[in-house]
Amino acid sequence: MTTVAVLIDHRAGVVTRPALEALTLARSLGTPVAVWLGERPSADAAALLGDYGATEVRAVEADARLSAHAATALGAASEDADVVVVISTFVTKEIVTRLAMATGAGVVVDAAGAAMVDGRVETVQTVFAATWNVRTRIESARAIVGIRPNTTQAVPADAAAAATLVPITVELPEIRERVTHVEPGEADEGVPLAEAPVVVSGGRGTGGDYTLVTELAELLGGAVGASRDATDEGWISHEHMVGQTGTTVTPALYVAAGISGAVHHRGGMQASGTIVSINMDPDAPIFEISDFGVVGSLFDVIPQAIERIKEHRAG
Amino acid sequence: MGRVEAMRILVTVKHVPDLQSQRSFTDGRVTRTADDGTMNELDEHAVEAALQLVEAAGEGEVYALTVGGADAVAAVRKALQLGVQHAIHVTDEAIADSDVFGTAEVIAAAVRTVHAEAPLDLIITGMAALDGLTSMLPTALAAELDWSQATLASAVSVADGEVTVERHLADSHETLVAPLPAVVSVTDEANKPRYPNFKLIMAARKAPVTEWSLADLGVDPASVGKAGARTVVVDASPAPPRENRVKITDTGDAGTRLADFLIEKGLA
Ligand SMILES: Cc1cc2nc3c(=O)[nH]c(=O)nc-3n(C[C@H](O)[C@H](O)[C@H](O)COP(=O)(O)OP(=O)(O)OC[C@H]3O[C@@H](n4cnc5c(N)ncnc54)[C@H](O)[C@@H]3O)c2cc1C
Ligand SMILES: Nc1ncnc2c1ncn2[C@@H]1O[C@H](COP(=O)(O)O)[C@@H](O)[C@H]1O
Repeated sequence: MTTVAVLIDHRAGVVTRPALEALTLARSLGTPVAVWLGERPSADAAALLGDYGATEVRAVEADARLSAHAATALGAASEDADVVVVISTFVTKEIVTRLAMATGAGVVVDAAGAAMVDGRVETVQTVFAATWNVRTRIESARAIVGIRPNTTQAVPADAAAAATLVPITVELPEIRERVTHVEPGEADEGVPLAEAPVVVSGGRGTGGDYTLVTELAELLGGAVGASRDATDEGWISHEHMVGQTGTTVTPALYVAAGISGAVHHRGGMQASGTIVSINMDPDAPIFEISDFGVVGSLFDVIPQAIERIKEHRAG
Repeated sequence: MGRVEAMRILVTVKHVPDLQSQRSFTDGRVTRTADDGTMNELDEHAVEAALQLVEAAGEGEVYALTVGGADAVAAVRKALQLGVQHAIHVTDEAIADSDVFGTAEVIAAAVRTVHAEAPLDLIITGMAALDGLTSMLPTALAAELDWSQATLASAVSVADGEVTVERHLADSHETLVAPLPAVVSVTDEANKPRYPNFKLIMAARKAPVTEWSLADLGVDPASVGKAGARTVVVDASPAPPRENRVKITDTGDAGTRLADFLIEKGLA
């Protein structure tokens, strides 16, 4: 049976939902083993990984943010694995690039799914702002897949696996780069953008007032996004930017309020499940890709929508 | 700030289909036509960063390098229009269908050739090529060359033999310092690319472009291109259009109708 090593995404020891999605995907490719970088996982965290099918949790003390260290650590913990699965982020892309250079593995990042076909991994990706679907076959014996959050539904295994903790020690390479200053981003309020099931984004049309956008996002259990123009204006911090140079999101629901839908923005959200837009300009390009478009002002439409949803919930 | 010396920088620029054009695949390959191809927009920021560093140092030179088919020369011509001094086009039939590792091997070989003539301080790349958007090349290049790496820079400065970059990561903002020579990738926040002026446009037309083949660089054709690629596109098809799209104009009840749509879909 194929061993599939899954690099577990965790936030200060707490397993993220994308990590469980990756384990779910890994089960369809072979037998998952979890790879954990950083301080040892808690018993709860390990048990959760077992629930999603991890037969082992291989723990390596290495900083996941230093790609050369993380690649060495992941490599040591996945020597027997034919397939390595990671959640595709700017940081993991660097890790898997280095791992692939060391092992000769073939890599696909930003995949929306993967399957075993005739003994090789095949992936699906959406490209060109989600206007094309591409299937790629990894020809090499070893395969690395970077999977986008929200593209696999996380489902626990029929029976929990052992999740045996296996500590692994490895000599980390010397690195020349040094981080001289770190400023934590905004305190974690709610769901991180990339993995949110719902994203409500505001653009220039908000005029800088994110109250309504935030209220709707909270009501729908989602995260707040923004266009590049809005982050450039300093209306909202950079972490919220959706687009090809910001965060790529694929939520079940994407709401674009006061966003024109420039190709740069679309590149980061066009693969979302349902797209809703509110824009004063009937010719805004965002309408071309919207399942439900409202020509109108977000300042009229959002409060009314919020009221109606609350009414509905109240029964 | 320490003493700044003449800077020698190589910028990688890729030729990609224009974002505003109808991008497509033909036989598993990105369709390339001379008409709607352009220098990868994000590489304009790499060129700008290099020009600014040389201007800050007061002395130095910038090389623009592209790897690709015959039409890719347009990418380095664009860089010449923006003000780089030297242009290199690596082209060879065997390069077609290279994956990132093949491309990195070819770029590394070209870098070594330039570096051997006179040492380079920096390679600056864009943060992603807007056709594939993998963002893997800068790391692959740094690993291949065994140079230090500083990716996703939203600000770049050089002093005392080191490059300092600012990086916005998903959950933090960091400052990273790396000794030269280094591979730096810049984001579109790093600067505002300049427009070419008339004089440079005219000069770029006549400026020489150095053309290298794999043989010139001593790269084994079997290790790059289709032969060396670890992945192959087996199918590419246009995404089906969204069905049953609705567009309404607000006449006073659009908020309610929007909410009803979400409720009906189980999204609210
Ligand atoms: C290299 C490069 C990379 C880029 N990367 C990104 C990226 O990753 N992400 C990104 O988002 N952008 C990116 N951009 C910028 C992008 O091209 C657009 O400029 C940007 O997305 C526009 O933001 P916007 O839609 O908020 O603003 P605008 O285009 O100004 O649109 C504002 C919209 O709000 C509407 N509006 C105004 N008032 C109201 C109201 N009261 N109610 C409803 N609607 C209203 C207007 O009709 C208009 O359509 C990039 C650009 C470049 C050059
Ligand atoms: N064929 C190429 N020729 C020159 N530069 C390239 C090429 N491919 C990638 N690059 C550079 O690498 C950066 C990142 O590309 P990628 O990793 O493919 O997303 C781009 O912005 C370019 O600067």
